[in-house]
Amino acid sequence: MTESAQDGEYDAWLDSIESDDGYYLECSNGHGWLPPRRVCPRCHDQDLARVDLPESGEIASYTTITVPTPQFEDDAPYVTAIADFGPVSVTGLVRGVDPDDVAIGDVVGLDVGERVTTGERVVVFRPR
Amino acid sequence: MSDPRIAGASVTQFGKHPERTGRDLFAEAGLEALSQAGIDPEDAEALYYGNFMGELAEHQGHQGPLMAEAIGLDVPATRVEAACASAGTAVREAVKTIRNGEAEVVVVGGAERMTNIGTAAATDALAIAADDLYEVRAGMTFPGAYALMARSYFDQYGGSHEDLAHIAVKNHEHALVNEHAQIQQEITVEDAIEAPTIADPLGLYDSCPITDGAAAAVLTTEAYAEEHDLDAPVAITGTGQGGDNLALQDRPHLAQTPAADKAAEEAYGDAGVGPDDVDFAEVHDCFTIAEVFAIESLGFYERGEGIAAARDGETTRDGDRPINLSGGLKAKGHPVGATGVAQLATVTWLLDGSHPRADAVPDSTVGVAHNAGGTVASTTVHVMEVQE
Repeated sequence: MTESAQDGEYDAWLDSIESDDGYYLECSNGHGWLPPRRVCPRCHDQDLARVDLPESGEIASYTTITVPTPQFEDDAPYVTAIADFGPVSVTGLVRGVDPDDVAIGDVVGLDVGERVTTGERVVVFRPR
Repeated sequence: MSDPRIAGASVTQFGKHPERTGRDLFAEAGLEALSQAGIDPEDAEALYYGNFMGELAEHQGHQGPLMAEAIGLDVPATRVEAACASAGTAVREAVKTIRNGEAEVVVVGGAERMTNIGTAAATDALAIAADDLYEVRAGMTFPGAYALMARSYFDQYGGSHEDLAHIAVKNHEHALVNEHAQIQQEITVEDAIEAPTIADPLGLYDSCPITDGAAAAVLTTEAYAEEHDLDAPVAITGTGQGGDNLALQDRPHLAQTPAADKAAEEAYGDAGVGPDDVDFAEVHDCFTIAEVFAIESLGFYERGEGIAAARDGETTRDGDRPINLSGGLKAKGHPVGATGVAQLATVTWLLDGSHPRADAVPDSTVGVAHNAGGTVASTTVHVMEVQE
């Protein structure tokens, strides 16, 4: 992979989060997914429309990871969480709050940050 | 259609063997399984082989023919990859090949070499069983993913780290007499609770070790076994496989494993048995919480009730339905691509009375093996029964 390699719609999706224009894909039956998707795996609908992501979500589960992969070596310990944004859930790092204070149900907004270890972009949740 | 008989099975000692290649590990297990079976290798017609991280750990892809060669077979050989369920999935392919009449003798196995690349690289390699874009890039590790599931379980159903500790204590105790086990060391609940955290709420003793090892089994038809006077009383009578969204974030539940529900339902239906008929099970306890998900998906417990099973002594070797008499992945070890066939071997030996923990399940007739891949996005369940 070259430095300029992009991961298609995933990078476009990160761009959208950075520009406060975050979106998800919704099929005609209301099932939500994050890109890239060509089909709804629940109902097989291929008519996926771009819909604005809610401004905030709720932490559904979280963990403080102390044994990381090498790509997160200097980030550890860090909190990885899954946050529920209504029709979709998103996985990201929780920042801007003491790890001991993170709880299920916390309201968070979506952002893009950088990994300490590699400087690469990463999905970040910040308390709202 | 013939339910495959297990004519021979073998596992290597699980543990740290950084100097041994995958092909050497598999050769040991495969040759021993063929020898035990008493089958002329010329009669073998196919090899299905499980392996997950061969490219990363040994720079070796295309391992099917390599491993056939390693055990002296000139047969169609296929590597099967489904993360930690690779070998269980290989078993399923072997069962189908026997049942549909394509072959009378099939070798199934798996191997993984993990310790030679060190903990950090192995953690990285295991993580690629998750969704790269949406999980690995958000810092997800394999223990981290199960930690998310554990916390969700506690939130939804209750339970505590102390409950999980009882699972670790049980499986360590079970492994004490298993000469193949990586860890033969008794631990206490306090040891497990006080162990260093890896991804809270999971600590060192909630996690299976990083392991090198191999396993192999020889499957054949009932007719071939009779014709060649083989001692093969145990049959695979039910097979099932289920799938789920790869990423946890895309699933409706973080505290359930529907892929295992589907695999169990299919396997039970195939065998014509139900959870109440099962005497014991070997389940995929890569983390202590995974054993809870497994025994609930297998129908031994209602949702939310599996967490207390080890604490209450129901799944210990003197309980009503012992789980992981081998020590499980937790203490026996988890050479990823070999695990599903190692479970098959364990269940066979428990049913035929040759396993060192067979005294815990005397006169048992039905055992189950549950092998899960990733965060249970792939699962196989196999029902095994004594036929004579």
